[in-house]
Amino acid sequence: MAGAADQAAAGAPRRAPAPARPKRKRKLFQLYSPIQPRTYLIIAILSFAALLGGWWLAAELDLAKDIFLPTPADVWRSAVDAAKDGTLWDDARASFVRITIGFSISTVLALPIGILIGTYRAAEAVIEPSVDFIRYMPAVAFVPLTIVWVGVDEPQKWLIIFIGTFFQQVLLVQDNVKRVPREYVDIGHTLGMKDRTVLRRVVLPAAAPAIWDTLRITLGWAWTWLVVAELVAASDGLGHSIVVAQRFFQTETIFLGIIVIGLLGLIMDQAMKLAGKRLFRWAE
Amino acid sequence: MDAAKLSVRDLRKVFGADGSGELVALDGVDFEIAEKEFVTVIGTSGCGKSTLLSIIAGLEEETGGVVVVDGEHVVGPGRDRGVVFQTYTLFPWLTAQKNVEFALQGSSSERADVAREHLELVGLDRFRDSYPSQLSGGMRQRVAIARALSYKPEVLLMDEPFGALDAQTRQLMQELLTKIWEEHRLTVMFVTHDIDEAVFLSDRVLVMTASPGRIKEDLPIGIERPRTFEVFSTPEFFEYKAHLLKSVREESLRSAEAMEALA
Ligand SMILES: Nc1ncnc2c1ncn2[C@@H]1O[C@H](COP(=O)(O)OP(=O)(O)OP(=O)(O)O)[C@@H](O)[C@H]1O
Ligand SMILES: [Mg+2]
Repeated sequence: MAGAADQAAAGAPRRAPAPARPKRKRKLFQLYSPIQPRTYLIIAILSFAALLGGWWLAAELDLAKDIFLPTPADVWRSAVDAAKDGTLWDDARASFVRITIGFSISTVLALPIGILIGTYRAAEAVIEPSVDFIRYMPAVAFVPLTIVWVGVDEPQKWLIIFIGTFFQQVLLVQDNVKRVPREYVDIGHTLGMKDRTVLRRVVLPAAAPAIWDTLRITLGWAWTWLVVAELVAASDGLGHSIVVAQRFFQTETIFLGIIVIGLLGLIMDQAMKLAGKRLFRWAE
Repeated sequence: MDAAKLSVRDLRKVFGADGSGELVALDGVDFEIAEKEFVTVIGTSGCGKSTLLSIIAGLEEETGGVVVVDGEHVVGPGRDRGVVFQTYTLFPWLTAQKNVEFALQGSSSERADVAREHLELVGLDRFRDSYPSQLSGGMRQRVAIARALSYKPEVLLMDEPFGALDAQTRQLMQELLTKIWEEHRLTVMFVTHDIDEAVFLSDRVLVMTASPGRIKEDLPIGIERPRTFEVFSTPEFFEYKAHLLKSVREESLRSAEAMEALA
């Protein structure tokens, strides 16, 4: 190239000043484009604050009567009272224990059954049709039946959580193990492993992150069933506190109950998410 | 050629023989591979190469015919036949080291040593503790090869192991595999539809017909060993390549005609 040769002959090449780097447009609104974690956090906080602010404003402006819409301050006061006299902790503990027991029973039974019918077609043929059928029966409709069966004590709450959770879990876990790439199983077999070893050393670890997600999602659903059970027949628990408050038109306590249930659910969900990230670092 | 290491006799495979529309994938496949021979099977897409390899691996059941390895009939998968697939080759929840150890038996220190040795063989000792997601596609296939070699199967079956790699990486992998093979001399059946790859790697190339698959041609490759990448530009290489291109092309055209006839 003549130009290049000239420049070389003239000694140190004179470079044209680099053109100003054109600014990239901020990509806040572009399909799937990532944003800064800080931006994300700010937006999230603003959005949440707007929700609270909207509520507060609506209550202050008396858009609705106080017994329909209490102010955030009312709810806060009711929270402080309930915390002081201990009912908040007692109710939260009662609900927490129920969901832990009900969800654990369901999970302990659903895991092996789901894994079994996800890996053996014969087992699938035995179990899937009935599970599929029962799954579409609304768990709420079982409430009266469960009371007839086991009374109104703790086992009834567990049973409702179980009915609402178990059948979904079985089918989701089945799907989780079905999705394990066949190549992984083949590798196990070509290494001379027996089915049981392949199941333990290949299928389970491969499906584990998805199964963990299944548990996380169904735990969220289990909260709904817990509250359903407590609304109908219970002498404590967050659901029960809502029913009592309704009787006395203590709307702020109803709000409190709903918010605490939401918070507890959120905390458990985030805890599981975090634990999952730790357990399955490789799955990214 | 005395007693063959791997012998495939009149192999047939029909999919959907249970009524759901029959598809004859293999129709009388017949060939032998001698001990320490590197044989490649090529053919157009869908001609039944993977099916053939799966049956030899014991993962798929034949409809007719037999597969014999070391004088024993194949009735299922076993440690005498190692397999390397194109995808999903490594367990993502295990490190490179643990992926190789997975294939091994014996005490844990023995397994660790053997695994380390084989990762070194494929030049990945530095990546021992990396998870597959942290490795490039080529590195993953190298770990998979290390794993398949580590437990010393009698026959190594490879189904387009480099099929998902870019051209440069692919060629490096071919050179690596050739180097390892020339040092260790294993019995290999390699499946690909890349003709350059087939000529460069093999002692013999088997060409399959379009579906239903049969062995149409058995071409010994006389290129001297050791082979380096310079082989790719020799006239000898081009001659083999031209010949095989023509042979495979005939089959591609046949299957294209068949498809048109269907339409
Ligand atoms: N499990 C199966 N059920 C039904 N048909 C199948 C099955 N597996 C493969 N086939 C059919 O058998 C034929 C051969 O398939 P195969 O995968 O062996 O081809 P291939 O030569 O490996 O092709 P490619 O080069 O694309 O990998 C194809 O027509 C395919 O559709
Ligand atoms: Mg294939």
